[in-house]
Amino acid sequence: MGGKHYLPLTDEDRSEMLAVIGVKTVEDLFNDIPSEVRLKRELDLPPALAESEAISHLNSLASKNKHFHNCVSFMGAGVYDHYIPSIIKHVTGRSEFYTSYTPYQPEISQGVLQAIFEFQTMICQLTGMEVSNASMYDGGTAVAEGAIMGCGATRRSKALVSRSVSPFYREVLRNYFNSRGLDLEEIPLKEGHTDFAELDKMLGDDVASVILQQPNFFGLIEEMDGVAEMVHNHKAVLIVSADPLSLPLLQSPAEYGADIVVGEGQGLGVPASFGGPLLGIMAARSKFVRQIPGRIAGETVDSEGNRGYVLTLQTREQHIRREKAASNICSNEALVALGAAVYLAALGPQGMREVARQCIQKAAYTREQITALKGYEELFTGHYFKEFAVKVPGDPAELNKKLLEKNILGGVDLAPFYPELKNTMLFAVTEKRTRAEIDTLVRELEGWK
Amino acid sequence: MRKSKALLFEMSRPGRQGYSLPSCDVPEKPVDELLPKKMQRSEPLELPELSENEIIRHYTELSTRNFGVDTGFYPLGSCTMKYNPKVNEDVAVLPGFAFMHPCQPLETAQGALELLYNMEQGLKELTAMDRFTLQPAAGAHGELTGLMVIQAYHRHREDHKRNKVLIPLSAHGTNPATVSMAGYEVVQVPCDDRGLVDLEALTEAVNDNTAALMLTNPSTLGLFEEEIIAMAKAVHEAGGLLYYDGANLNAIMGYARPGDMGFDVVHLNIHKTLSTPHGGGGPGGGPVGVKERLIPFLPVPLVDRKDDQYYFDYDLPDSIGKVHSFYGNFGVAVKAYTYMRMMGAEGLKQASTDAVINANYLMSLLKETYYLPYDRICKHEFVLSARPEKKKGAGAGDIAKALLDRGFHPPTVYFPLIVEEALMVEPTDTEAKETLDAFAEVMKQISEDIDEDAEKVAHGPYNTVVGRLDEVRAARSPIMRWEKDKE
Repeated sequence: MGGKHYLPLTDEDRSEMLAVIGVKTVEDLFNDIPSEVRLKRELDLPPALAESEAISHLNSLASKNKHFHNCVSFMGAGVYDHYIPSIIKHVTGRSEFYTSYTPYQPEISQGVLQAIFEFQTMICQLTGMEVSNASMYDGGTAVAEGAIMGCGATRRSKALVSRSVSPFYREVLRNYFNSRGLDLEEIPLKEGHTDFAELDKMLGDDVASVILQQPNFFGLIEEMDGVAEMVHNHKAVLIVSADPLSLPLLQSPAEYGADIVVGEGQGLGVPASFGGPLLGIMAARSKFVRQIPGRIAGETVDSEGNRGYVLTLQTREQHIRREKAASNICSNEALVALGAAVYLAALGPQGMREVARQCIQKAAYTREQITALKGYEELFTGHYFKEFAVKVPGDPAELNKKLLEKNILGGVDLAPFYPELKNTMLFAVTEKRTRAEIDTLVRELEGWK
Repeated sequence: MRKSKALLFEMSRPGRQGYSLPSCDVPEKPVDELLPKKMQRSEPLELPELSENEIIRHYTELSTRNFGVDTGFYPLGSCTMKYNPKVNEDVAVLPGFAFMHPCQPLETAQGALELLYNMEQGLKELTAMDRFTLQPAAGAHGELTGLMVIQAYHRHREDHKRNKVLIPLSAHGTNPATVSMAGYEVVQVPCDDRGLVDLEALTEAVNDNTAALMLTNPSTLGLFEEEIIAMAKAVHEAGGLLYYDGANLNAIMGYARPGDMGFDVVHLNIHKTLSTPHGGGGPGGGPVGVKERLIPFLPVPLVDRKDDQYYFDYDLPDSIGKVHSFYGNFGVAVKAYTYMRMMGAEGLKQASTDAVINANYLMSLLKETYYLPYDRICKHEFVLSARPEKKKGAGAGDIAKALLDRGFHPPTVYFPLIVEEALMVEPTDTEAKETLDAFAEVMKQISEDIDEDAEKVAHGPYNTVVGRLDEVRAARSPIMRWEKDKE
């Protein structure tokens, strides 16, 4: 039988235990299941594998996939190939962390609780916000929950989201809003940026929040001057989905007046894992603390005055408030957040600035090289961080196929998300890319068509 | 012995670094040329500065201040804290899984899609559902997805009156919270004196406003809802749907399947039943399965196969859309899939058998000492009441702290709400008889300690790295981040 090495009971144990329970057979323990719903055959599943067989099987599945170790990736759109320091897996691989549950018993969970407290602090340091939670599922759900928070805080039911916010996030947001009966309108684009003149017209006293992304989905940096004022004039809330890796270099959301900062933290040392587990970031000004969803670690003292940490403000949460909770979220991405905290601690202010600097420099170099090629041009004019969109001379899927022959994971085709943007691609260039890799990409692009 | 642990920020020294990056090898431009000054950050970035060695020692010490399944027995009711097989961790970090981009061309992701496809087939068989989405990233996320699907189904039929979801009093707290998230109203259904859903009350409560009944079976009391067929009939006849909260599936694998009981929607907690680690609060996985008539409303994309090629199917015009930026916690699915493949049909059934034997055995031992309000054969868990102990001066929470001193993780306390001073015990399938005996012995000692000196028990724990933490103080004036000037 498979998996026997996970099940310690022996046949002898079982019969002894049944005797103590006072029943004759195992069957007596399942008599309460009505026979109409009993499964009267064995489950039809593939034969059990021994550990070595399982490893072979999984290896063979994994070997059918391309990945960042056998390809050079220029794919972004929210998930990036940033360098992941070795130290992270050694910390997250400590099984006292990864085999624990949510820290309901703080006295034996100080490790996870302190790590979350430190994570929250570092997210605040990056974003300039005053409070952060322990994490959300991903960027998309963080945006959706941020928007719901905005509705709760303003007691209004309409959000305005820019079309320059990731289409992946908008899909999740639309779904959450639709389900809850909240209204969502999209702010149109102007040259790849949010059309703020249009936003001004759309704003009214029924608007709970305005949701922007910085840098936006096209990699462009939105001009945030005066936006918060415009939003706040209508007593609405400014929600910004920020790339944490851009924040050492870019104006922090606090500096331009954001109220709630959400985002995807995958760049903070998290393996891409085909899009999950990711890391949703959720931070806000302290006045929104009662509306923040999910777990928050807080400092306190023990009976002897020693500093310690607990899950706090639990009266916002589902297990206490039930249907009146801020959200239904319980499990989040705690272990991923732990890894991100290790990343931030390892890089420190200097390393984070260096990563951001190399991203912007390498992306600028790549963009300059590509847009100089015949048939390629810049899609939008503006300022970029690590991602940019270009027009390409043909079908992006065909181009990507050709790049794959050289083991390059090319750009993301924009047309599925923006039907008006045919033959355009989004390229991401992280600090990990070398000049040689970039030059190879450029050569391949040049030779196409 | 007891002491606080310094924070990363307090250990920081300017100039230290814990990273190494190659130098930038492209021609650089002045930053101001790439980014106007006003777009640049002006406030300082105050992250800690530490060397790698210091960081490792910091987190190693933190890990010693934490209790996991690998540390010891973890009978946290409703959380199914079973052993997390090590091989699962190894395969999930294979570069061919861990370093895949979600947008990479499908012909370069065939192995990942095959895994998701196979996983879905396994989950369908395990639960008797017709299709699954693996997008939800946790159980609560699965609940929300399931209710969204139910909502889309009713709306599609233009049955707009259905605005209520029935929930038994014994339900997980997430259920009512999810109902609100989906814009529905909660209707509480009482339990009868056997701890089961009161069928009569349920039948009275269902009507043409009923969108769904959310049910955990076995319930949070660890009891199988014997009237499930009648319950399903009542809800279906009123036009409602049945939602199965799969948190407790570990009790019945291979014995009974939610789809055969009449459930229309199911979510599973793969970080419970299918052995993936909980990570101190995630990442989890909450796949959602549905019956045929609800398939059109599932999130996109679904995973399908045509001529040996796997692909993402986005062609579901009535789909609710997406609930996750990409395809959910793929890395967690890899672990759960590995577990299912290693256990096989017989192994999964044996896991449920052993989970139920362990629970009933431990219940038999503990009911000699503690009050068992619902004294009947249980499934994977059971609930004691520390009401008598509370009267002596130490309640469920105090018993939990006393267990910390003796090296055990306590049961879930004060839940479910229908039992006063509840201690909800779930030993799982991966514990040895000797462990259960030792736990029962310790529980007996604690009971004796309460008889002797309840006051002392009420002030524990005594052997932990910190003493009992003041949660009221933490909530009254919340400190949720370290701040420099408050050092």
